[in-house]
Amino acid sequence: MLPAVTVLDLVKQFGRFAALRGVSAEFAPSRLYAILGDNGAGKTTLLRALAGLTPPTRGSISILGANDLRSVCRQLGYMAHPSLLYDEMSGMENLRYFAGLYDVKNTEQRCSDVIRAVKLDPSLTRPVGQYSQGMRQRMSLARALLNDPQILLLDEPFSNVDVRSAREMVSLLAGLRDAGKTIFVVTHQASLLEGAADEFVWMESGQIVSRTPDLAARMEAR
Amino acid sequence: MSTIAGLTRATLAKDLRLEWRSKDAINSMLFFSLLVVVIFSFSFDPTAEESRQIAGGLVWVAFLFAAVVALNQTWAREMRNQVLDAYRVSPAPPNALFLAKVIGNFIFVTVLQALMTPLFIVFYNLRALGPAYQLPIVAALGTWALVVNGTFFAAMSLRTRSREVMLPLLLFPISIPALLAMVEATGAILTGEFSAKFWIVLLAAYDLVFTIASLFLFGFVLQAE
Amino acid sequence: MKRVFPILAVLTAALLSYALYEALVAAPTEQTMGDVQRIFYYHVPSAWTAFILFFVNFFASIAYLIWRNTKADIVALVTAEVGVVFCTVVLVTGPIWARPVWGIWWTWDLRLTLTLVLWLIYVSYLVLRRFSSSGQTPLLAAVLAVFGALDVPLVYFSIWFFRTQHPQPVIGGGGSIDPRMLHVLLINWLAFSCFAALVCWSRYRLEVLRREVDETLALEALLEPRSSQTRISPTGRAG
Repeated sequence: MLPAVTVLDLVKQFGRFAALRGVSAEFAPSRLYAILGDNGAGKTTLLRALAGLTPPTRGSISILGANDLRSVCRQLGYMAHPSLLYDEMSGMENLRYFAGLYDVKNTEQRCSDVIRAVKLDPSLTRPVGQYSQGMRQRMSLARALLNDPQILLLDEPFSNVDVRSAREMVSLLAGLRDAGKTIFVVTHQASLLEGAADEFVWMESGQIVSRTPDLAARMEAR
Repeated sequence: MSTIAGLTRATLAKDLRLEWRSKDAINSMLFFSLLVVVIFSFSFDPTAEESRQIAGGLVWVAFLFAAVVALNQTWAREMRNQVLDAYRVSPAPPNALFLAKVIGNFIFVTVLQALMTPLFIVFYNLRALGPAYQLPIVAALGTWALVVNGTFFAAMSLRTRSREVMLPLLLFPISIPALLAMVEATGAILTGEFSAKFWIVLLAAYDLVFTIASLFLFGFVLQAE
Repeated sequence: MKRVFPILAVLTAALLSYALYEALVAAPTEQTMGDVQRIFYYHVPSAWTAFILFFVNFFASIAYLIWRNTKADIVALVTAEVGVVFCTVVLVTGPIWARPVWGIWWTWDLRLTLTLVLWLIYVSYLVLRRFSSSGQTPLLAAVLAVFGALDVPLVYFSIWFFRTQHPQPVIGGGGSIDPRMLHVLLINWLAFSCFAALVCWSRYRLEVLRREVDETLALEALLEPRSSQTRISPTGRAG
């Protein structure tokens, strides 16, 4: 089975600071990967490099067999802590617009489907800026799902989100993984993904230090 | 819909809708433009004959100041929640985004000019002695010149310190030939002493060159980290 | 290569001395303006040198945009810096010459105005280089240089036509030039060009060294375990 994502000797430096110091890994398709580590470990940089937002200083990235990330961008869904949404528009308006960026067919249907999938109401006319953090994160996830991407890159999707919303998001992600998507979740709340994630990827000082099937194994290793 | 025309239209529609809803930028800009006209009128208070000669310069400098304030907020909404990352990750052609922003700014600045011009006419007792029909042409070409480069440099400034100062700092030197053309053309039409034709052609050439250059190079600027 | 530099330095020093002598002593005195006219031998060659440097900057910037070659970026930086200096010389010598001779400090003379606009564009270029985050500087600067270069013919035509509508005094007078004066002019230009090449070369080497030091430090930071590095996250958050 060909890996969905391959990273080879990935180095990213910002001036003298090395955010990624030679990361090499293969990630199989149809898996949910939790990327964990302390602040400054390089998790966000890795995700942004996979999304094509941060060109690597050295090394290579291959996604779905392609070295040129622009060619597979239709298969990528990206979500970060800023919502990447317009505060002044409602959820449906935001999604209708972003659907246009991806040339999504059946826009209305797709947008409301995706909003319902994250357990929000498509008919809500309130602007996104007035949502609670949990709702905003869920709407941002909906945006990332619009183009039905094969690869999902989620950076801290559960931060400041209430527990119930977070659990719902996790079960949604597990369902997407079962449907064949490869999902990368950067988070500080590892316990939320216990049971759902296929693998926990631990990063430290810009490198992957271990990959474990569950949290307990990591605790033992320490 | 990811054709450039479709996406440009969608982006422009979204921007206009958002601006209409909040109206905060346009309202403050309108008031600012009014202030500019009044201040200029206090600062330069010539008799009717002199006013026609310098009106071209006055009016366009006033428009320039108003335009810079408008241009500085071109990408404000996109910056707020890092929405530009969503564009960069998507397959959408960057030029569609650029064109939509330029056209949006063009409309915006034209609205401001529509407010400021009657005020200038009133305060300076302006009347065109030359072919007045050329004035809207000069206005349109001149505004496009300012707005196409302004939108581009606003995007470049996003990656720099002192963003609000960087924009005019980059824009003014490059705009000098266009400014000269706008001022001279307006002066020529108002005084009727010269033909504005050369200046109009120069403005058109300027617009063509820099629109093409911007479309060509905007992708680089957007993808820059 | 190592020996060329000192040879060029000596040659430049010799040329500059000779050119200085020619300009201030040997050249014939201009009949109407007197000795003040000798500043012409600094004013004009500086302008030509500046224009050539900016020309090189344009091509270096395009080379960077196409091939992302760092050497091209360094050439662009160096020519811009030295070009601005020569432009400043033109802008300072112009008024110094104009005031005693024509009684005015400034005129919208074609050469002078073009130099002023170029000076403005390239100062803004240098400010951009200083104010942008270091990863993006070469790209943004190259883009601005292309815009500047596209602007130049438009500036030229706009000033040219402006002057036909509003006749202005011309610094340096138009028309023919005494062949002896032309000779001195060209000597000075040659000397200035060698001097510009010398300075650019030094600056280039300095910049190459500076970048090498940065890269070495970056590589060291990459290899050693992280202990006391402080950082600012690219997205404003750590992780």
